[in-house]
Amino acid sequence: MFAYIIRRIFWAVIILLILSLITFTLMHTIPGGPFDREKKLPKTIMANLEAYYHLDEPFWKQYLNYLGGIIRFDLGPSFSSRSRTVNDIIRQQAPISAQLGLFAFFIAVALGIPLGILAALKQNTAIDYTCMWLAILGVSLPNMALGPFLMWIFALKLDWFPIARWGGISHMILPAITLGTAYSAIIARLTRASMLQVVREDYIRTARAKGLSERIVMLHHALKNALIPVTTVLGPIFAIIITGSMIVEQIFAIPGIGKYFVTSVTNRDYPVIMGITLFFGAVIVMANLVVDITYGFLDPRIRYE
Amino acid sequence: MKIGVREKEEARKVKETSLWKDALYRLMRNRMAVIGGVIVIALCLAAIFAALIAPYSYDESNFWDNYAKPGGKYLLGADFMGRDLLSRIIYGTRVSLSVGLMGATVSFVIGIIYGLIAGYAGGKMDNYMMRLVDIAYGIPTLLLIILLMVYFKSTFASIEPGTLAGVLSSIDNAFGGMFFIFIGIGLTSWLGMARLARGMTLSLKEKEFIESARAMGASNLRIIFHHILPNIIGPCIISQTLTIPSYILYEAFLSFIGLGVNPPTPSWGMMISEGYQGMRSYPHLVLFPALALSITMFAFNFLGDGLRDALDPHMKL
Repeated sequence: MFAYIIRRIFWAVIILLILSLITFTLMHTIPGGPFDREKKLPKTIMANLEAYYHLDEPFWKQYLNYLGGIIRFDLGPSFSSRSRTVNDIIRQQAPISAQLGLFAFFIAVALGIPLGILAALKQNTAIDYTCMWLAILGVSLPNMALGPFLMWIFALKLDWFPIARWGGISHMILPAITLGTAYSAIIARLTRASMLQVVREDYIRTARAKGLSERIVMLHHALKNALIPVTTVLGPIFAIIITGSMIVEQIFAIPGIGKYFVTSVTNRDYPVIMGITLFFGAVIVMANLVVDITYGFLDPRIRYE
Repeated sequence: MKIGVREKEEARKVKETSLWKDALYRLMRNRMAVIGGVIVIALCLAAIFAALIAPYSYDESNFWDNYAKPGGKYLLGADFMGRDLLSRIIYGTRVSLSVGLMGATVSFVIGIIYGLIAGYAGGKMDNYMMRLVDIAYGIPTLLLIILLMVYFKSTFASIEPGTLAGVLSSIDNAFGGMFFIFIGIGLTSWLGMARLARGMTLSLKEKEFIESARAMGASNLRIIFHHILPNIIGPCIISQTLTIPSYILYEAFLSFIGLGVNPPTPSWGMMISEGYQGMRSYPHLVLFPALALSITMFAFNFLGDGLRDALDPHMKL
């Protein structure tokens, strides 16, 4: 188990290194520097600025500098907002996205797993078909469409929730539903499929044969095993929900990190693009790592791949 | 004895044709899949004949009619520049479907070549190539595609003729900004295809007919392209068609955050992003493109789901 964990961590670090290299290379080979203006700066000022930000050094040295910065959790300055560093931006805005993401994740799990179980228990009945129909519907509704639909119905027509911006719980409900729906659908489909597979196993027949009630067989014997494959998607889903919030935050005017990322893309603020990309990347890789390790505990076969 | 052989022969024939017939039968029985299929065909027709169906051109703006309400002169209203929304949505079909199709094609070509080489080479080469794919799998596609698009859009914005950047950007302009989306999607979405192609190549290359081809002196290239490729291409195409909706979504996403098509090319994602701030006063500007995008996604997903169930009844997810 220990070797397995070490191996996983090793690969996670490699992936992050490669992501940082790709990010850095792409953003640095774009022509034009951050201090190019309509009116050219005097040469000495330019040279001083470049020396200050280490832009005059060779590429590999700049990359190593940047890597050193990452290790010290220092992602450098932002070009468009002078008073804030990339660290400040992440520190101020990531918690908002995290709140929204957690709420959405909760919705996805709380809706998806029961729906999937229900569909599996009532396989090939009207209930099953309705659940799975709803699931495809949920997968098909993109954030950028579902958000405006919900906003129009529940904020503009019914006036139940505030239309946008960030405040209390009431501001959180519509964006969280928008963000969580698609994943609840994915979770529901997976739970159903895995449940149906487990129900056919011999140990379920044994449990039934020894006279356990259907309720106990399903909850204690089937569900526990059926949820193992579901945990594997929860990690990526958790991560995607946090990074996928770009559109939802934009539409609902939520001052989270996703919204700022889109702004920095529009402004071509390269240090911020790099910093947030790496931050997102780290969150996703971490989530996958946690899932891999959990999976190793839940299903011992996986450790010896 | 002779009759017995002929009967066997006939039974085999019936079985061979019935695989596809059976799949088609199962597909036709799935009502949602049929509806999805009909909508997909309608969308394709709308994309091809956009110029005939659309009442206006997509960039014809009448400033007196900006923010016109639905009904009257404009069936679905007009946007902030007084452009007919219906026409823009119809032309938007063209953008969505071409990105879906071209994205699928580019990633298909990259993935299948990569998988063929890895699977055919085998051994160490295969090991290294697939390790690379494993690593790339760990990198979030969405981030990579954003980075690539920022890179493309900033680096190849030059209009100098003769240079590589100039040539690429003029190609991109000719496609209304879609060219780089094709490339961006292609470069980031080939991993699944590579794995599939590699797996099938690995199992195929041990077969007798490959060995006999080699014994007859066929070159490696000939074996790959004449003997292995034709045998794996069918399942690969089918699996790739299932990914088309995700490419359509990438395009909408990229255009939404301003990394997609160039204005005035109409894209549903861009139309939603142009309209959402005016939701309170002009909800139609957002709701109709959002509806178009949703219906497209429904149609493709229902059709894809039906297709998968029909071809592989055991894999019912």
